[in-house]
Amino acid sequence: MSTSENVGGSVASTNGKTAASAKKPGRGSKVVGWADERLGLATAAKKNLRKVFPDHWSFMLGEIALWSFVVLLISGVFLTFWFKPSMAEVQYFGSYSQLNGMHMSEAFASTLDISFDVRGGLMVRQMHHWAAMLFIAAMLVHMMRVFLTGAFRKPREVNWIIGGILILLGIVEGFAGYSLPDDLLSGTGMRIADGLVKATPVVGTYMSFFMFGGEFPGDDIIPRLYMAHILLIPGLILALIAAHMLLLVYHKHTQWPGPGRTEENVVGFPMLPVYMAKAGGFFFIVFGMSALMGGLLTINPVWKYGPYDPSKVTAGSQPDWYMGIAEGTLRIMPGWETHLFGHTLSWNIFLPGQVIPIVLLLMVLSWPFLEAWVTGDKREHHLLQRPRNAPGRTAFLAAMITLYGLLWAAGGNDVLAVLFHLNLNHITYFMRGAVFVIPILVFFLTKRWCISLQRHDNDKLLHGYETGIIMRSAEGGYTERHLPISEESAYTLTARDRDEVFVPGSGVDANGVASKDGKLDGIRGKLSTTLFADNIQKPTAEELEEAHHHADDEHAHEIEAGLDHSADGHQFDGRHPVDEEALRGKH
Amino acid sequence: MRLLNRPLNRVAGRLSRHRRRPVAGLLVMLLGLFFTGALYAAFAPANAEKESTTDEAKIAQGRELFLVGCSFCHGANGEGMTSQTGQLGPSLVGVGAAAVDFQVGTGRMPMAQPGQQAAVKDKLYTDDEVEALSAYVASLGPGPSIPSKDEYSLDKEIAEGVKNGMTDDEARNAAIVRGGQLFLANCSACHNFEGSGGAMPWGKNAPSLRKTSDKHIYEAMLTGPQQMDVFSNGNIAPEDKAAIIAYLNSIEENPGYGGFGLGGLGPVSEGMFAWLLGIGGLVGFAYWIAAHSTRSEKSEHTEGNQA
Repeated sequence: MSTSENVGGSVASTNGKTAASAKKPGRGSKVVGWADERLGLATAAKKNLRKVFPDHWSFMLGEIALWSFVVLLISGVFLTFWFKPSMAEVQYFGSYSQLNGMHMSEAFASTLDISFDVRGGLMVRQMHHWAAMLFIAAMLVHMMRVFLTGAFRKPREVNWIIGGILILLGIVEGFAGYSLPDDLLSGTGMRIADGLVKATPVVGTYMSFFMFGGEFPGDDIIPRLYMAHILLIPGLILALIAAHMLLLVYHKHTQWPGPGRTEENVVGFPMLPVYMAKAGGFFFIVFGMSALMGGLLTINPVWKYGPYDPSKVTAGSQPDWYMGIAEGTLRIMPGWETHLFGHTLSWNIFLPGQVIPIVLLLMVLSWPFLEAWVTGDKREHHLLQRPRNAPGRTAFLAAMITLYGLLWAAGGNDVLAVLFHLNLNHITYFMRGAVFVIPILVFFLTKRWCISLQRHDNDKLLHGYETGIIMRSAEGGYTERHLPISEESAYTLTARDRDEVFVPGSGVDANGVASKDGKLDGIRGKLSTTLFADNIQKPTAEELEEAHHHADDEHAHEIEAGLDHSADGHQFDGRHPVDEEALRGKH
Repeated sequence: MRLLNRPLNRVAGRLSRHRRRPVAGLLVMLLGLFFTGALYAAFAPANAEKESTTDEAKIAQGRELFLVGCSFCHGANGEGMTSQTGQLGPSLVGVGAAAVDFQVGTGRMPMAQPGQQAAVKDKLYTDDEVEALSAYVASLGPGPSIPSKDEYSLDKEIAEGVKNGMTDDEARNAAIVRGGQLFLANCSACHNFEGSGGAMPWGKNAPSLRKTSDKHIYEAMLTGPQQMDVFSNGNIAPEDKAAIIAYLNSIEENPGYGGFGLGGLGPVSEGMFAWLLGIGGLVGFAYWIAAHSTRSEKSEHTEGNQA
């Protein structure tokens, strides 16, 4: 019975003996009641407004992407009011006098108009561009978080793939937007896109002619990109964001392990009012950051680039940052070509432009399945892993970030050369080797680093934490006091599974029945060894017991030897109650 | 005598009271400088300046300077030198006064060390000495001379435009628009769309044009220093060169329409700002939001501490 009386709070105006008269509902509750009777909102809201989300800063990174997408929608709508997606030639007579009387496409002329003759136009244009940069960057940062904490594991593999596709769509969307103003940089970018398409064996030229409606640049590409940029791709992105978030609600949010947190529950705050305020507030922060950058920092000064003209080019022609790795791969690729029956196969463009980006993306998308195959783990996981507790995975991401960074740097090799007085060619030659060697070095370095951190965790569990208190014994030897960590910390540190290394040939299935060896068992065993064999496992219960006994024994010996109260200050050795005393002065 | 001495002593006493003041030293030095200057002006040969303006004397002075500062690489007569590893210094016969004025006037020559390209540094010669060197090199063979101001400014073209019924501003703007197109067609490929400079193969570079004087830009186009092509007057006419220079000045004078220019390097620096400032800042905010939880939890927390 969800009627209007209920919503109003207290029902009756008296508890006297005479019959109670219904209190008149307030105006607000009338409206809510009216809407609820027709839309049934209360039932839907009841559950979802109380939905619990765990609290951690890294869980808010995806929100940056979401909110910058909202900024993109708002600022994009503003821009569509004035932008004319046409390659028809017009003469410019707007406010920017340095291009007065120039012939240019309508698209470029209207971009200049937005920048100089529409009130607030330049700021919104720059906001739109900055928000686009933030959108894709935030998606990447969010993806790194999900990867590092193992949040992609069952049941979230599909959401991982949706996320990967969202990044790909974001990049394509961004590139389309970068091309729309039809300035010199846009045109140069389109020329590279044209080259990439043409490098496709056999069908390249046909595809290029289809895309541009004839030979590059033609006069079809801007209207077509516009359709993709404001309708097709944003539609897809919106739909996938909806799917991404529905799955998030359905799966419930992952959480860090800790006392009271299990695979079965979620500990945190409810959507209303806590997350409504936090997330809602974060939207305004993201909006504010985009507005601040749009208002203060020049991005894509199209008026200086001038209208696109295939005969012109500028130094420092680069794509926006998210295409930087494609640019870098293209720049460091050796000029390999094959000539077959009078046809040229341009490996130098086909490989870096089409094959390598797809391979990298597939590698990232397939990781959850690869890892599940190697571990043979079919359980659901809602508790996150600390990056150090998955050294192989963390090291893989570190290696991929390194590769990304190197390709990025290679894409800006000319800017690096000028700024740091380096030799352009040397940067290129260095990168050709570095992209293979350095990620591998980083992999092993990160792995060992994680394992060291795991050892440190075990030390804390077995021997307590380092207090920084140095004790001098009667013989003159120095030792540092270790204090046991709290029960909560100990629980959190041990709330992880033991890794098992798959050994091929030992094939026993879950029921202990001998199973057949798979064809790929050899590879699986090698991968399992690389990812898990060196990991440090958490101490067993017996080991913990023994460590505690050991500590107690040591203490007993000290008491026997009369070391217990040897000097002032030694009561802080962790074995005595020191509640009333402060170690260093009074706080 | 006594009568006379008394007031004199009084004056001397007053002076000596001021003798140890900090200003005194400065005053004495200024006085000294003033008298030395006055003496020099009185006794210096009045015709020295006049003589040095004649070509003969200038060429002679230039040759002296050349022998000391330049001949090591360019040869005693500017004929150029080759060493075992290749060319040491090219021949200067026919490079003209403009080339010398550019190379020496911007501090590129004399080079501090051999390298891919002569680096810009503080200029080593005074304007008079640069003029003398230019005169000497110009005397070796015919070449482009140092441009005069009306060659690299728009004055002539504006006057022409006004004659044809345009206003002053219209004529200037027409030239700037033309200069912009010529710049983007001929120069931006190496010097970047707003003259920020760019990289060339093997450690060479196209320098930034922001701080280069109008005259030096004109001379560079005329003589093609270092990696640069020669844009002769048949290639880009003198008034077009002036238009390019006017365009560069005009975008320099423009207000930063979009805000801070981020170095005018294009998308690379924009990407850096998006990551460091944008994402860095927003992740910081995310941290801040997550760290500040609900009020109720906070008070519980403090209670817990007190207990």
